[in-house]
Amino acid sequence: METLELVWLVPALPLLGFLALLVFGRKLGEPQAGMLATAMIGGSFLATVAVFIGLVGEPEESRSFTQTLFEWIPVGGWQVDVGFLVDPLSITMCLFVTGVGTLIHLYSIGYMHGDPHFSKFFLYLNLFVFSMLMLVLGNNLLITFLGWEGVGACSYFLISFWFTDPEKASAGKKAFVTNRIGDWGFMVAIFASFAALGSITYTEILGGAGSLPETTATLIAMCLFVGAIGKSAQFPLFVWLPDAMAGPTPVSALIHAATMVTSGVYLLTRVNPIIAEAASWVQPVIAWTGAFTALFAATIAVSQRDIKKVLAYSTVSQLGYMMLAVGVGAYVPAVFHMITHAFFKALLFLGSGSVIHGMHEEQDMRRMGNLRKYMPITAGTFIIGWLAIAGVPPFSGFFSKDEILLYAAHAEGTGNWALYAVGLVTALLTAFYMSRQVFMVFFGDERFEVESGDHADTAEETSDDAAEGAEAEAEADVDATADAGAEPVEADTLVLHGEPHESPWTMWVPLAVLAVAAAIGGAIQLPFAKDLHFLEDWLHPSIPNEVHLTSAATTGMKVGLAVLAVVAGAIGIGIAYAIYIRKQREPIEPEILAEGWKYDSSISAFMGGPGRKGFEATATFDKTVVDGAVNGVAGLVKRTGEGLRGSQTGFVRSYALGIAGGAVLLLAYFIAQVTF
Amino acid sequence: MHALPLLAAEGGAVVRFPLLTAAVLVPLIGAIVVALIPKRRTEILRLVALLFSGTAGAFTVWMLAAFDRHDSGMQFESVHTWIEEFGIQWHLGVDGISLFLVVLTGVLFPLTLVAVTPKKDPKPYYAWLLLLEAGCIGAFTSLDLFLFFIFFEIVLVPMYFLIGGWGYGQRVYAALKFFLYTMFGSALMLVGILALAFVDRDTKVDQSAVARQQLAQLEQTVQSQLGAGLQVDPALLDEVEILAAEVEASEQITFDVVELADNRAELLEAQQNGDLPTDPNANSWNPLHWGAAKWIFLAFAMAFAVKVPLVPLHTWLPDAHTQAPTAGSVLLAGVMLKLGTYGFLRFGLYLFPDASHFFAPVFLTLGVVGILYGAIVATMQKDLKRLVAYSSVAHLGFIALGTFALTTQAIEGGILQMVNHGISTGALFLLLGMIYERRHTYEIATMSGMQKTAPVLAGVFTLVMLSSIGLPGLNGFVGEFLILAGAYLTAKWWAVVAAAGVILAALYLLWAYQRVFHGTPADDDPGTPDMKLGEFVVMIPLIGLIVFMGVYPKPVLERIEPAVSALVERIENTTDFTEPDAATSGFSGTVVDSHGADDDDHADESHAEDDGHAEDDGHAEDTDDHGEGE
Repeated sequence: METLELVWLVPALPLLGFLALLVFGRKLGEPQAGMLATAMIGGSFLATVAVFIGLVGEPEESRSFTQTLFEWIPVGGWQVDVGFLVDPLSITMCLFVTGVGTLIHLYSIGYMHGDPHFSKFFLYLNLFVFSMLMLVLGNNLLITFLGWEGVGACSYFLISFWFTDPEKASAGKKAFVTNRIGDWGFMVAIFASFAALGSITYTEILGGAGSLPETTATLIAMCLFVGAIGKSAQFPLFVWLPDAMAGPTPVSALIHAATMVTSGVYLLTRVNPIIAEAASWVQPVIAWTGAFTALFAATIAVSQRDIKKVLAYSTVSQLGYMMLAVGVGAYVPAVFHMITHAFFKALLFLGSGSVIHGMHEEQDMRRMGNLRKYMPITAGTFIIGWLAIAGVPPFSGFFSKDEILLYAAHAEGTGNWALYAVGLVTALLTAFYMSRQVFMVFFGDERFEVESGDHADTAEETSDDAAEGAEAEAEADVDATADAGAEPVEADTLVLHGEPHESPWTMWVPLAVLAVAAAIGGAIQLPFAKDLHFLEDWLHPSIPNEVHLTSAATTGMKVGLAVLAVVAGAIGIGIAYAIYIRKQREPIEPEILAEGWKYDSSISAFMGGPGRKGFEATATFDKTVVDGAVNGVAGLVKRTGEGLRGSQTGFVRSYALGIAGGAVLLLAYFIAQVTF
Repeated sequence: MHALPLLAAEGGAVVRFPLLTAAVLVPLIGAIVVALIPKRRTEILRLVALLFSGTAGAFTVWMLAAFDRHDSGMQFESVHTWIEEFGIQWHLGVDGISLFLVVLTGVLFPLTLVAVTPKKDPKPYYAWLLLLEAGCIGAFTSLDLFLFFIFFEIVLVPMYFLIGGWGYGQRVYAALKFFLYTMFGSALMLVGILALAFVDRDTKVDQSAVARQQLAQLEQTVQSQLGAGLQVDPALLDEVEILAAEVEASEQITFDVVELADNRAELLEAQQNGDLPTDPNANSWNPLHWGAAKWIFLAFAMAFAVKVPLVPLHTWLPDAHTQAPTAGSVLLAGVMLKLGTYGFLRFGLYLFPDASHFFAPVFLTLGVVGILYGAIVATMQKDLKRLVAYSSVAHLGFIALGTFALTTQAIEGGILQMVNHGISTGALFLLLGMIYERRHTYEIATMSGMQKTAPVLAGVFTLVMLSSIGLPGLNGFVGEFLILAGAYLTAKWWAVVAAAGVILAALYLLWAYQRVFHGTPADDDPGTPDMKLGEFVVMIPLIGLIVFMGVYPKPVLERIEPAVSALVERIENTTDFTEPDAATSGFSGTVVDSHGADDDDHADESHAEDDGHAEDDGHAEDTDDHGEGE
């Protein structure tokens, strides 16, 4: 138990890092500030490992430990503590949050080199990790909510880190506000939990979930799901995540791929006993939301040209997979995929950052090509990430995705073939768009020039890939100009001052470590035998409501499904190879997909149009009607007063006349009252 | 975990020094002293003002340290007869409801004096500010209706002159509007105060009818005995004396809030217990019947609704805020608006639990409308000060919601939010003042990219903004959360709709922040200078409070709680309102052993099991009842 007591160190170290940077950050400067921050997260990782070992040492039934630091909000009969719940689920999350977090911190030292706000970046990054750890370690809904909002705020700071660019500033605001819609659901769930159970502590509400009436359990589950939709970027609230790519690339890797965006999935996994008590339609709603999001985002990813946008939509799509798994009750596969995804998506993002760095801030894949020549380590690690996400065995993504697909088809009571089919098509699309990215970036011809004035022939090559029309090109140019800043961008071709280069060690070491993890990460949960289900056995105490497979899921069936998934992946890769390497066909990149089915732009149009008009009308109403009434009354009084002023003549005779008149009227009134 | 040593000090009763009287009189004397300082000695004006204001602030902090956190009643009471015939008293006291408002006033005034210097005429400026401070502390501590009314009115005068004298362009219009609007509300309140006092007197007279009769009889007996030349029985004379005192006391009019409230509560409680006929109109010795209470409550409520302000009576606020000088805005938002919300608690819920309960849906609705409407209108404002003013309308809507939800959590959250709003909005207006010093405008459209040259200002602004948005870990969240969660127990749909206000709050503030601080400064912009050290130092106490009250609000909450519990209990005893169990009882579910249920259990089956548990356990049925409203 002693090592479990150390759990407070896990969030305390990043907090300490934040406070130290707040006070001394500017003095420390580059690169000390980054090193300090990295060391803090590294320390936090070591503390997590210590707690993990302590937890493993406990017998399975007592692998749940609560540490209370102090009372936060005690009112009436309510008790909300600042406390941590240590159990297999929270520690698993902590391990990969701090592990991946350390690597990304290290990477950032190289990536943010020369940025005038170097120390501020690490300040936010440490604060983010602290919030994220509060989110996963909190022993009650409100501490989780504290972390939940905290990561949202950090996400806002970091997306708009380069605040001088209005687009980046808008993206940060959009992320925060969109997330707040989800937070609204989270808050209502907390209220409902308090109202129904008088508590929001996990051990109590999850243990007491059995005594919840179905309607209440449904309400709480659905409201938390609304929160998860916002944070985990599911349809219809996913719009903020692609825009969030405006932030520095390490931020995209850490926050918008590996950790924060998975917290919705984590939350639903955490409250699995409540979902089990909810109405029977709740799980299908979650599953179908996930499935639809997965497919929808995958179709969009197919046509993206920005190297990070592909990964962004890919993240939305993969989160959809996780949500699908949660929806069918397959919490372990959801967490499994969350972990492998953290490895390979962090790897891919960091790799893309390395590319962008090497390409002098260029992000348009149509201006890349054959980069494996210049950046061998980046290319090699990126390719491992690609194989993992594409579901090529034996890389990690294959195992986790396969398990989700298996449960989608065969989870008892919740799985069905329609869900499976959507998942499978998504897998094919995933393999396709990721291959497209790898081929466009690392293979094929160089579609850029290195300090040369000859534009003509390269321009032609570019137009092969982007034959759709001048519009898209013009758009891309505007983007490129905005992004590249001082870099001269002529016509379609990027001219680089200096060759694309490999990144410094602080950047490629994390890539290498993540590549190893992405390659062998599947080992934590191997399908071959029950004994190899390490993750499932480990998470068992936290997830009492894991769904079971139907009897139809025989070994033969499992193998068959796995083969089918591999074939789908192979088809996706094959098509991409045919189009982008062999150039046998024109690329299929419909403009409607590049624009994300016009979904985001429709929302923006609505918000900017009728939405804004409605707000303006309210403001006008306030000014003219509400305040108008006040001024009207004032004016009326004034005019009446002015009118009556005339009667104050100062002549006794006119006053006497008034008195006489009044007396007569009074007399008349009393006479009228007399009944005869 | 124990409270901090300073805050844990107890024993309010042992303080002999009349702290509250001193806290009211010191700034008042200060105002006079400042007014008497010769015009040419302007350099010492600020120092003198700060001295008096700081002393009063020190008294309030002393009071906080000496406050007994277990006592639900009035502390540091000071009672002196003032106008005997009308039973008007100098009666001051604080309880958990007013404690932090007094401290907030005591702290915010000196801070404002340090932070802002007037552009002209420092002498009247400081005098008015000190008078305003005396009025505010007086209003928060008065326990005599008449005295309260005087303080409530007094504060209008300095604020009127501050806006009119040191404000911006349309200051005269704004000052007049502010003054007349609030006067209109308080005129009704005066009628209510008088009506209440007289009706209460009549009640007492009626109640003493029996005693009066007895007295008359006894007097007759005494007379007859005297007439017969007999020795009068001394016991009889004693009895006459006692009865005479009782009769006389019943004829004494009083404005004492505690006494009036207790008199009412006694009657209402008797009514609830069935000791009085339920139809109050039929009851001849309860003239303080329902009809009167309703109207008197509404008269009070009108005054407070204007002051808060509740939508649609809010339009004086944006004008007053926009035109007021920085100090005026800080104190108007930070302290004066709370007179309204505080009034609702002290003179609404406390004096009229019956009418408050009856009209609660109206005020809940006005609160929720204020939250959404204020936020929407704030979004579209082009002037930073107007934007913050409308955000106040939204925040005070939250407080109204909390107050009239009538649960311990909601009311406590409401009180906490009054303090929080004072800190955060006060800080926000100070920051706007700093921006104005640099830009000479409040117009959002003229600003851009200020974060580039003023990163510290931007950082502090961000923190205060996040506190106003209600980010957990900062002060605003705790109050907002308690209000909403507490309101959910008794006014579920209001709470659910109100919670959507947090989305809008993020929208208007972040958008404003983006337009002011993000982006690049205009080409002809020389760059906005960053915060000076002095400015930052002024902000430190506010920043500290924003973080402290977000991370560790317990010392504050535990001092508010006894008074609020007593208030809720009073409402429960005097009306048919019952606070839901969930507010008071803590965890009420049954913990099911999660390990027993796992292996052969899946989603569908677990429902069947759930029914089984419900039958097993009484608690489970309890929770069933709570859940029915869905």
